[in-house]
Amino acid sequence: MPFSAQPPASGERYALSASLDNARHLSSLLRAVHFQDYATCLATASGLRVTVEDAKCIQANAFIQAEIFQEFSVQEESVMFRISLSVLLDCLTIFGTSSLPGTSTALRMCYQGYGYPLMLFLEEGGVVTVCKINTQEPDELLDFDFCSTKVVNKIILQSEGLREAFAELDMTSEVLQITMSPDKPYFRLSTFGNAGSAHLDYPRDSDLMEAFHCNQTQTNRYKISLLKPSTKALALSCKVSIRTDAQGFLSLQYMIRNEDGQICFVEYYCCPDENITEAEL
Amino acid sequence: LSRIGDELYLEPTESGLSLRAVNSSRSGFASFLFAPLFFQLYEPGSAGPETELFRCKVHMKSFLGIFRSLPSLEKSVGKCLILLKPRASRLVLQLHCKHGVTKTHNLAFQECERLQAVFDTRSCASHLCAPARVLAEAVVHFPLTLAEVTLRTGPGGKISLRNYVEDEAEPSKMMVTELWLAEDEFQSVAVVPGSHITFCLKEFRGLLSFAEASNLPLTIHFDEPGRPVIFTLDDTVLEVHLVLATLSDLQSDSQSPSTNGVSHLPAPSDDFADDLESYMVAMETGEGGSERPPSPTFPLRTPRPAESEPEEEEEEGAVPGTPPHKKFRSLFFGSVMTPGRPGLATTQEVLAEDSEGE
Repeated sequence: MPFSAQPPASGERYALSASLDNARHLSSLLRAVHFQDYATCLATASGLRVTVEDAKCIQANAFIQAEIFQEFSVQEESVMFRISLSVLLDCLTIFGTSSLPGTSTALRMCYQGYGYPLMLFLEEGGVVTVCKINTQEPDELLDFDFCSTKVVNKIILQSEGLREAFAELDMTSEVLQITMSPDKPYFRLSTFGNAGSAHLDYPRDSDLMEAFHCNQTQTNRYKISLLKPSTKALALSCKVSIRTDAQGFLSLQYMIRNEDGQICFVEYYCCPDENITEAEL
Repeated sequence: LSRIGDELYLEPTESGLSLRAVNSSRSGFASFLFAPLFFQLYEPGSAGPETELFRCKVHMKSFLGIFRSLPSLEKSVGKCLILLKPRASRLVLQLHCKHGVTKTHNLAFQECERLQAVFDTRSCASHLCAPARVLAEAVVHFPLTLAEVTLRTGPGGKISLRNYVEDEAEPSKMMVTELWLAEDEFQSVAVVPGSHITFCLKEFRGLLSFAEASNLPLTIHFDEPGRPVIFTLDDTVLEVHLVLATLSDLQSDSQSPSTNGVSHLPAPSDDFADDLESYMVAMETGEGGSERPPSPTFPLRTPRPAESEPEEEEEEGAVPGTPPHKKFRSLFFGSVMTPGRPGLATTQEVLAEDSEGE
């Protein structure tokens, strides 16, 4: 056989090698950040981080901790490469996307290092597929410098309360305006579309509200087209934390429970469109 | 209402909130009147001696967008508050949902003139009343694309529905479907034998779905071809009217309405459709003068010839331009001669107009 269909033994020196019994643990998370073709992968001893950016304004990260994998080893301190996320997802779901109970695709991932392609070995029901995806020089990633000490307002909501709202956002509005305040309206999502304005208010004592820490009234606007993709992450998640800093940068962190009950995180960072203090009616 | 027109007219009245729509060729009009009892709270605002109750129109799509998903609305929305804010130029719809969540929509509206079709079910010679289900089951036999259907009263009290076929169409290439309903399928039948009318089925289907969903009997009031057909639904808290123009027979084209005080209609021009927009007719529905309430109840009565009453409100005008190939008498909005207002000129063209730009 000119090309070995056997996955390499784990003793070989690969910059990154990982095994996952259920590829869906990875593919569903990657879909939640798939709003651009290309992504940057960073593998460290703690796990895999896949980053997607757009317009220098928005960054989404999917974190899959090492513990999720059956095997995860990174030879150097960190390994980073740019790869087509579209192709990666197509390969991970090569056996189909429907999740029949009892069937799952097993994955083995290997990366020899800088300049080498990412190798995927996928197996389901005795059928093996080998994929080789070219990698590229990673781009410099945005640093939103968002740390917990700089957070001005933070709330944690149960995702079910936001899912419908995000799915039904008035896309004729250019912006999504987010108001967070210790006073009414507490937490408000607003759009200004062709038909008129719409406001969605969540009171601080709503049973959807898991945590409410708002110190200052802030109203920020974000380009709705940039935030709309986060709906996918919201749909997968059970909880979402919404934080803003003094500059109005937005951090959305989604807690996602996979089929086996393990927790993973996806986060979105977004720059404000313009800083205003008055909301339109 | 969205099956009729693109704009939703909201008119609060003392007797309830009226939602109305009219189609672009003014050949179809529908109104839903929700009595105050329908609401938990109903405050139509105060009309002064010189001011009327405020009314407005909004884009149908914008309004419907708020009530996008009915199943999820039923599960999550507790109550809906509708506020008309003339000074802010906004129609506010606020949905109070579960978990304490509030959705507020501020819709831009346009001011408008009163939209009211002039019609009177009592002047119709024939009346039929059937459960909506019976009519829905009858109508299901016709293709969804069928434009017009003919209702005919036949021998033995049978009522037939037949798809309308254009005269120009090749008979051998057309499929004709005819359906007969026995008198006992109807709750009441009081018709002129041998009468028939042809009306737009598409617009009727909208009302029929509503009637079926709300399990209300549907009453059909009709007269001669060319005179509008009126469909009504009645409930303790809701009154629905759908008025559709009917196709007139070729023979009766020369008929001129024998209404008092209304001068003869001039020949319509080619850009009639544009002229329509420039007519502004202040609509009254005869509240001032006639004894009839705006939404009359429909007592059943034996057929009698149409009478020309002193305040006959109906007028007709041929509109060859809209729709071009049809012979519909499409204008049945009329201005009313009310006693005490002799100065009100009877407009020949009869339309309910909105005051856009005027």
